[in-house]
Amino acid sequence: MLRSTPTKQASPGVRVQVAGMHKSFGAFKALDDVSLEISPGELVCLLGPSGCGKTTLLRCIAGLERQNHGAIFMGSRDVSILAPQARDYGIVFQSYALFPNLSVEQNIGYGLAGSARDIVRRRVADMLDLVGLTGSEKKFPGQLSGGQQQRVALARALAPAPSLLLLDEPMSALDAQVREHLCTELRTLQQRLGITTLMVTHNQEEAMLMADRIAVMNEGRIEQYATPQSIYENPETPFVANFVGQGNWLSFEANGNSHAQVGALQLRLADTVPNRASGRLFCRPESICVNPVQSEENLFAAQMREVTFLGNRCRMSFEFDNLPGQPLTAEISARHLPSLGTAHIKVALPPHSLQVFT
Amino acid sequence: MRTSSLSISGVNRVRNVSRAEWGDRLFVIGGKVLLLISLAIALLLPLLAIFWRGFSEDAGQGGGLAAARDLLSSDNFHWLLGNSLRVSFSVAFIVVPLAYLFAYALQRTLIPAKGLWRGISLLPLLAPSMLPAIALIYLFGNQGLLRSLLTDNIYGFWGIVIGEVIYTFPHALMILLSALSLTDARLFDAASSMGASPWRSFHSITWPATRQAVFAAFCLVFTLTITDFGVPVVVGGDYQVLAIEAYKAVVGQQQFGRGALIGMVLLVPALLSFGVDAWLRRRQSASMSGRAQIFQPEPSKWRDGCYLLVVMLICACLLAVLGMAVFSSLVKFWPYNLSLSLKHYLFNETAGGGWLAYRNSLVLATCSAVIGSILIFTGAYLMEKTRGQTGLNLALRMLTFIPMAVPGLVLGLGYVFFFNLPENPLHSLYGSMALLVICTVAHYLTTAHMTATTALRQLDSEFEAAALSLKAPLYRHYLRVTLPICLPALLDIIRYLFVSAMTTVSAAIFLYSPDSILAAVAVLNMDDAGNVGGAAAMSTLILFTSAGVSLLLAWVSRGLLRRSQAWRQTAPSH
Repeated sequence: MLRSTPTKQASPGVRVQVAGMHKSFGAFKALDDVSLEISPGELVCLLGPSGCGKTTLLRCIAGLERQNHGAIFMGSRDVSILAPQARDYGIVFQSYALFPNLSVEQNIGYGLAGSARDIVRRRVADMLDLVGLTGSEKKFPGQLSGGQQQRVALARALAPAPSLLLLDEPMSALDAQVREHLCTELRTLQQRLGITTLMVTHNQEEAMLMADRIAVMNEGRIEQYATPQSIYENPETPFVANFVGQGNWLSFEANGNSHAQVGALQLRLADTVPNRASGRLFCRPESICVNPVQSEENLFAAQMREVTFLGNRCRMSFEFDNLPGQPLTAEISARHLPSLGTAHIKVALPPHSLQVFT
Repeated sequence: MRTSSLSISGVNRVRNVSRAEWGDRLFVIGGKVLLLISLAIALLLPLLAIFWRGFSEDAGQGGGLAAARDLLSSDNFHWLLGNSLRVSFSVAFIVVPLAYLFAYALQRTLIPAKGLWRGISLLPLLAPSMLPAIALIYLFGNQGLLRSLLTDNIYGFWGIVIGEVIYTFPHALMILLSALSLTDARLFDAASSMGASPWRSFHSITWPATRQAVFAAFCLVFTLTITDFGVPVVVGGDYQVLAIEAYKAVVGQQQFGRGALIGMVLLVPALLSFGVDAWLRRRQSASMSGRAQIFQPEPSKWRDGCYLLVVMLICACLLAVLGMAVFSSLVKFWPYNLSLSLKHYLFNETAGGGWLAYRNSLVLATCSAVIGSILIFTGAYLMEKTRGQTGLNLALRMLTFIPMAVPGLVLGLGYVFFFNLPENPLHSLYGSMALLVICTVAHYLTTAHMTATTALRQLDSEFEAAALSLKAPLYRHYLRVTLPICLPALLDIIRYLFVSAMTTVSAAIFLYSPDSILAAVAVLNMDDAGNVGGAAAMSTLILFTSAGVSLLLAWVSRGLLRRSQAWRQTAPSH
């Protein structure tokens, strides 16, 4: 749907820096000392549960909320206290906020007032071409589908050639079916234009799919700011581990240099842990090996409890014989399921899959 | 490639931005400050003037604490107060149940021709309160058509009550109609699935959801009645009420202090009901969720038949009374020569203001509607859709709710006391059309403001943010997007202000001069001079003018809706 037009952004992406942001609503701390740096042309997702402050941060950057403390830089320009009109960004809202009484053409040209008419017309045509809606100029937003409305909103935001694009939950008003497709499309477009983009979402799949880097937020703070891969594989805080993807938790006490005692089980760890330390181990379901062919470390007998069929894979809950009452979850491929046979299984927790939180 | 066309010259843009920013600042802060000053002059200071007048001990004015004590302990005052309370309670107890039945029939049953019944029931809004009273004289007065049906004279308690019932019925009806329109069908499904009888469903779902509106309607009817003097002046006879006394004290005897004291007494029920209503409103949380389903009544012959009967009876009474007024205005010489003529419409041959009054009323109604709707809508926009100036917003919000609690009579008194002061630089406004416009807009501010606010709240709250991100000045966005979308609501406000200005007499009676006399005032004057036929004719003229303008605006509104159908339709689901 997105045609590869020769259209390019006049102003390339800008570096955005946010430093020491605080914002309170009454007694509620929406932002608590948040700092963030976005490289030129990068797409960063603010990910977190509702109320974590991600939308507040976006609105502060947009100038729609005023932070109590903190500074915002776009390039070398300090925009901390500028009015929204003076900041040079485009924004797509969750509701799109398309003006219903203006046609698609007028909506996209809304931010171009003051330019010559033929320049506006050409720019609008370029933008429609860019989002693949050529021919819809005279339609009104109410006559478009949700996905088309989102494209118009995007075209309208990009029309004045801003140096920063802000996306506020742009996918949440869409059906799950079109969502993934539009995510990919939006990402392709963003990369081609090279525009610095900040997107707010509570949907981790969207964030994984689109972002160069994800900032996971919780209670007004950034818990971790890293690439999707390292967010998933090396969560820095228990919150991130819990919020992104699935996981198992086991309380342990360190026992020797790189061994952990979990109940009656002794597990070898990949990292060294100070002796006598205690804490929790975290393990992704898909990194657990069930009935491994080769011998593995940390291999124990277990009982299978329940299997949930998820299509291409299965989620299985099991209990170690020596750790009763603590069900864990593993994910295995669906093809692998028949080979398990009885409920008596062997389960390995490979050392490198065990992450230590003390 | 097309870089040159894509980069909209940076320098140029920065300059535009700062100009837009300053324009917005002027629009937002300037607008709010202007609004605050206007409201202070048009509302706050006149109201304060009432208290100042009531408690100042100027000789011969009848004010001050001693005079207040004398007034409150006099037998005459007790008699007046008793009469006012008796009338107002009677009217409220008659009107509210009737209006509830009527509203229920329109919203929760399947009676035919709902639009017709609704239209008839709202007709009394289009005429001054004197009109039903005049009709009553022709029906049950000494030479009335149906005089023989009554053993007693219509002049007095029952005359006032019946006149006020007809006058206040549509006011109560509007509140109850909107309360009964909000319901969630799922609640009724749940109730009937648990085996609840229709009566039990009503008792546990409908009544709790509407009792606050019933109370509000009761308070409104009570306040309208106790402060109205159009009906008692025409049909009260020797049965005097407080509203007339306040009028006589100020206009007849120039006892401003005494008028102010009675005005304060009349303010009490309004303030009391306003306070209780606000308290109830806070307690009753919103019962409508976004996912509520619209209630569709089941057909039921027996129920619909009963309600249709009630509705037709009420409409017949209203039509009979209003029709009587129209008919009597066309009769040559009641009751001796019943042939029809337009004799009573030759206003220039009789005293009381004549065509000048009618023309003045048209000017007042047009100016109030146009100026008022623009000010009120823009004010509501600034209060709803702009950030910052929290204190200013709060002050404005409180001020816009004052007129709801202040009867027109009391507001009019305040205007007399404030603008009639020789020391007041605005003194020259006194008696002018401009002051009448200001007073009318201030008097009907709250309802119009609430209509505007409701319409504005239905708009996406991110519209303004989107416009700002596109570097469009707010005032341009207001003119280009907000106003076109809200045009139907704006027309509604225009219609409301026009009709109110045509029919109002309560505040205007204190403020007119011979040059700015109004049609509704002329009705009173003609009736006072014994020219009841002329009064009927002028009332009829007001009724038809209001009806004509309402229909015209409804037609314009429908035309606009049709023209904008392309974008008002809802989105296809995908």
